[in-house]
Amino acid sequence: MTDMNYTMIPLFVALPLTVSFLIMLLGNRVRWISDILCTLCTFVLCLLSFYAIGVVNGHAPLIYKVGGWFPPVGICLVLDSLSCFMLVIVNSITLIVTIYSINYMERYTAKNKFYALFLLMLAGMNGVIVTGDMFNLFVFLEIGSIASYGLVAFGTEEEELEASFKYMIMGSIAGLFILLGIGLLYSYTSTLNMADMAQVVSEKSGSKLIGFVSVLFLVGFGLKGALFPFHWWLPDAHPSAPAPISAMLSGLLIKALGVYALIRVFFSVLDATSLLPVLMVLGTMSMVIGVFLAVGQWDFKRLLAYHSISQVGYIMLGIGLGTPLGIMGGLFHLFNHSMFKSLLFLNSGAVDYATGTRNLKELGGLRERMPISASTSMVASMSIAGLPPFNGFWSKLIIIIACVNAGRPVYAAWAVLASIMTLASFMKVQKYVFFGELKEKFKAIREVPFAMQFSMVLLALICFLGGLLLVPAVSGDFLQSAVDVITNGKEYAKIVFQSLR
Amino acid sequence: MNKEPGMTLIVKTVTRLTVGIILMYGIYIVLHGHLSPGGGFAGGVIIALSFVHLMLAYGKEAALKKISLPVASVLESIGAIMFISIAFLGLLGGYFFFHTLGTGEPFSLFSAYTVLFSNISISLKVGCGLFLVLVSIALAGKEKKK
Repeated sequence: MTDMNYTMIPLFVALPLTVSFLIMLLGNRVRWISDILCTLCTFVLCLLSFYAIGVVNGHAPLIYKVGGWFPPVGICLVLDSLSCFMLVIVNSITLIVTIYSINYMERYTAKNKFYALFLLMLAGMNGVIVTGDMFNLFVFLEIGSIASYGLVAFGTEEEELEASFKYMIMGSIAGLFILLGIGLLYSYTSTLNMADMAQVVSEKSGSKLIGFVSVLFLVGFGLKGALFPFHWWLPDAHPSAPAPISAMLSGLLIKALGVYALIRVFFSVLDATSLLPVLMVLGTMSMVIGVFLAVGQWDFKRLLAYHSISQVGYIMLGIGLGTPLGIMGGLFHLFNHSMFKSLLFLNSGAVDYATGTRNLKELGGLRERMPISASTSMVASMSIAGLPPFNGFWSKLIIIIACVNAGRPVYAAWAVLASIMTLASFMKVQKYVFFGELKEKFKAIREVPFAMQFSMVLLALICFLGGLLLVPAVSGDFLQSAVDVITNGKEYAKIVFQSLR
Repeated sequence: MNKEPGMTLIVKTVTRLTVGIILMYGIYIVLHGHLSPGGGFAGGVIIALSFVHLMLAYGKEAALKKISLPVASVLESIGAIMFISIAFLGLLGGYFFFHTLGTGEPFSLFSAYTVLFSNISISLKVGCGLFLVLVSIALAGKEKKK
């Protein structure tokens, strides 16, 4: 393995940070430069993340020693198959969303600040994914969150500021829980390196502290990931942001900061498998409650936000089963949900862009005027509702089969019920927005600009072809090796120390 | 009542005498970051506070005359870019953030070059950032009263 492969790892964090500050410096002076720099940066990162699949999968994980210090002392970055899986999702969607925002963000002033915050958020997410150090995880978590508070308030209307403030309070509380957990773990293990921590925890077994710390992390990451009793900030925060940011928040941020971090800490560091039934119960509750709250909504984006809660429930149910099939279903649903939920938010942005409203009651018949948006949103709706052959169907199917195989048919029944309700609420969206009679005042609207259409079509294609990830001949062992990392969570410390050099 | 912006004569006189000392002390903390407690962050905060001190005593126009908003914003970005460039410079030695610039003589002022330059860039970023935050709070308060 060459040095180039190692050098790639810190670039996932350093490149967006550099470009973000460059945009702040140059953006006001040279026109178009922020568009070009941001698109270029996300494009390079997307290519790098795809390149990383080839480097990591089937091999030992790459460990990067920042500053040349050896891990138990220095900070290390770990790129294993699970990180790689998340990096591909995060960076590919970021690229698509960036292309979308070139046109969409023209409506706002201060586009440079938008791009700068956007890239800071990306740096935070990538940092959480690649880091191998517990405190570093917290720092990147906060970078990502703080950038997202700013982005939620980007419209600076009263409603957006209120949502951002609420989001900030909840995010800070979540951060405090996580920091307290990390502090207690540090005092218990005398190390901050994740692999070292995992080793010490497994050697010093039998302490009640680990249970307490696990609950702290469950609350903290649950708040970041909008898991059931901690979900209520999400329906305010996500719809208030500009559409590309809603797509990033719902599609990526809650997964990278909430779900991924929870998986990493629970499976690799603490080995807290005794808490998995709790994850299952919470997942099922957020699945059902989220979808019931969603059906009654009349605001397009708010409805989608409630569905994010529900779909995170599916992911948690799959992961919480703890069986390889369940974890595979959970991770696959994570991938799929990122794709179709980003697409749906981009669609809602397109509708908002063309008509200026998100109220379902005021819309109608847009299919005639906006064929591309209408058909892509149809694809996304069918994906999220779980109709074959779209990607959502396959992941939900795997989760339900895994529930039955694990001897928990009741959870499977709830998953089916939630899926039916999802179908119902998206039939409502389709009927009120794209079908029916075209209102008089919308006779003159036009389809959105090309860049927005392009990114929506790209995501729709991924939704259509996403099911192919299950076929190893197509995707290599992209999904499977990420699942192996989780199921071999106990081995994490051993694997990391072995692949150090 | 005093028509001039800012506080009373006593405060202004004391400020005039102390503001330079505070600024110098901030710079001292930054430059001795690798030798004594403190460093870029602490020194940057002290540097920002010297300007805030000026702003409190003489009103915000006096502080903004010394360092205007666009200049502070540019300096802040330059600080961040400097810091990340030092990190990228480490790649010459093989690792991100690697100590490539040599060590110099231990315990002398100009030694440990990577740490010294990192401290300077952090102080730029933190100092300008904190100053901008406080100035924007002051400006926002003014707009509301109108």
